[in-house]
Amino acid sequence: MLKIRDLQVNYGGISAVKGINIDVPEKSIVTLIGANGAGKSTTLRSIAGLVKPKFGSIEFMGQNILGMDPTEIVAKGITLVPEGRRIFGNLTVLENLKIGAYLQKSGIEEGIEKVYELFPRLKERSWQYAGTLSGGEQQMLAVGRALMAKPKLIMMDEPSLGLAPLIVNGIFDIIKEINKQGVTILLIEQNANKALKVADKAYVLETGTITIEGTGQELLKDQRVKDAYLGSKHTKEINI
Amino acid sequence: MTLETFLQQLANGISLGSLYSLIAIGYTMVYGILRLINFAHGDIFMMAAYFMVFGMVNFSLPWYISIIIVLIATIALGVLLERVAYKPLRDAPRMSIMISAIGASFLLENLATYLFTGVPKGFPDITFLTNSVTIAGVSLSVATIITPVVTIVCLFLVLFITNKTKIGMAMRAVSKDFETARLMGIKINRVISTTFIIGSSLAAVGAVLWGSKYPSIIPLMGVMPGLKCFIAAVLGGIGNTTGAVLGGFILGMAEIMLVTFLPALTGYRDAIAFIILIVVLLVKPTGLLGEKVTDKV
Ligand SMILES: Nc1ncnc2c1ncn2[C@@H]1O[C@H](COP(=O)(O)OP(=O)(O)OP(=O)(O)O)[C@@H](O)[C@H]1O
Ligand SMILES: [Mg+2]
Repeated sequence: MLKIRDLQVNYGGISAVKGINIDVPEKSIVTLIGANGAGKSTTLRSIAGLVKPKFGSIEFMGQNILGMDPTEIVAKGITLVPEGRRIFGNLTVLENLKIGAYLQKSGIEEGIEKVYELFPRLKERSWQYAGTLSGGEQQMLAVGRALMAKPKLIMMDEPSLGLAPLIVNGIFDIIKEINKQGVTILLIEQNANKALKVADKAYVLETGTITIEGTGQELLKDQRVKDAYLGSKHTKEINI
Repeated sequence: MTLETFLQQLANGISLGSLYSLIAIGYTMVYGILRLINFAHGDIFMMAAYFMVFGMVNFSLPWYISIIIVLIATIALGVLLERVAYKPLRDAPRMSIMISAIGASFLLENLATYLFTGVPKGFPDITFLTNSVTIAGVSLSVATIITPVVTIVCLFLVLFITNKTKIGMAMRAVSKDFETARLMGIKINRVISTTFIIGSSLAAVGAVLWGSKYPSIIPLMGVMPGLKCFIAAVLGGIGNTTGAVLGGFILGMAEIMLVTFLPALTGYRDAIAFIILIVVLLVKPTGLLGEKVTDKV
C-alpha cells in the first residue's frame, strides 16, 4: 500500500534520514522503532508532506505522493497523529473532531458517532475545551480526530508517550481495533515491546538508517533488538 | 457645562470609540492568526478613504455604488499586502515579518503622498450620513448615530463567522497551530487571506464613517488612528475580537471625555491612548479579555 524507496531528508545540511526503504502492506500494522533522534518522526512527517525530502520516492496505492501538499495527502487517505498529540486546545472536543473531517463532504455525523463509540470518554466531554482534557483523553482525541478523515492509512507518532501503563494498554487495544476495522497502521513507539507484539512487520531505525527489519515476532527474538530496545539486563536503557 | 453639551460629547465618544473598534478588530484578528502587528492596517484604512474620494468625486458615482467599490478595492489591497509582504516570510523569524509590516506601512503612506499629494482632499458628502437629527435637544449627525450600530452588527458578524462557521473553526485552529492545521487538510493561506478580507472590509467601513465625521483626507490620516486602534486591541486583550471592540470604546470615550471635562488638556488628547497602553502593559499585559492559557503540554 505504501512503498518508500531510498528516502533521504536533510535539515539544513544535516541528514536526518539517509536513504531508507519501508513497505506497508494493506491492512497491516507496521511499526518503526528506534532511539531518540533516529529520524522516526521525520519519516512520518515526510509521508504526511510536512517536510520536503531531498531524494527518494513515496508511493501510496501506486501513486507517487512525494512533493504533494499535506492537504492533498490527507485527501488521498493518509492521516498523521502527530507527536505530542497537538490537539487544538482552544476548540471544543466536538470541534476538534469536526476539524479532523475538514475535507469530508458527508458522513461527518456518523464519523463522530463511531469515534464516540471507540472513546466513550470523549462523548461525555463533547463540549469541553480540548485544552482542559487529561493527557490520556487528549491522546484519544488526537486519534479520534485522525479517524474523522476516514483514512486508509493512519500514522501514529508515539501515541503512548507520557501515559500511565493502564492507558497505554487501552491505546494498544484501540490500535488493534482500528486495524480490525480495515485501517492500515504505521506506528512509532518508544514502547518497543508492546509495539512489536501487535506489529505484522517492524523496522529498526538508527541514526537515519534501517538496521534491522522483519516480522514483529522475529524482532522480539532478535538479540540486538533485545539489547538495545527491550531493556534486557545486559544493557542500560538507552531510550528516554 | 450644559446637559446638552455633555450628551453631545457622550454621543461623540461612543461614535469615535466604535470607529476605533472597527479598525481594532482588524489588528486583533491578524495578530490572532499570524502573531503579527499589521502596522500597515491604518494605511489600508487611509487608502479606503481615498478610494471613496475617487468613487464619488472623480467618477461621480452614487455613494452606495462607491461603497461597494471601496469594499472591493480595500479587500484587494489587504489581500495583496498579505501576499506580497507577509506570505513570503511565513517561516521567517517574527522580527522579519514585523519589519516588513513597518516597511509596507511606510510604502503605502509615501505612495499615497506621491499619487494624491499631501494636500488634504475633501471627503465626499454622503448627505444621508451627514444630515443631522435632533434627539432630546441634542443635534447629531446620522453618521454619529449609526456608527455604533454598524460596529455592533459587524462585531456580531465577525463573532458568528469565527465561532459558528467552518472557515471560522479553521481560523481558530490555524491561530493555534499552523502545522497541525495543515495535517487536517486546511489550506492555511486561504484562511489567512480570509482574515485579511475581514479586517480590510471593516477598515473600509470605518473609513467611510470616519470620512463622514472628519472629512479631511490626507496620506497620514491612518497613522494616529492606526496606533490608537492597535492600543485598543492590546487594551482589550490582543487576539480577542470582543476585547478589541471594548478597547476601542474605552479609548474613544476616554479621549472625548478628556476634552470635555479638562479642556485645558485638549492638546494631550492623543497622549491618553499611550498612557493607557503603558498602564495596561504594566498592570495587565494580557489586556481586559486576554486569552487564558488552558493548554496542557
Ligand atoms: N525541524 C528540524 N530542524 C532541524 N533538525 C531537525 C528538525 N527536526 C528534527 N531534526 C533533527 O533530525 C533528527 C531526527 O529527528 P526526529 O524527530 O525524526 O527523531 P525521532 O526518531 O522522532 O526522535 P524521538 O524519538 O526523540 O521523537 C534529530 O537529530 C533532530 O534533531
Ligand atoms: Mg519523534
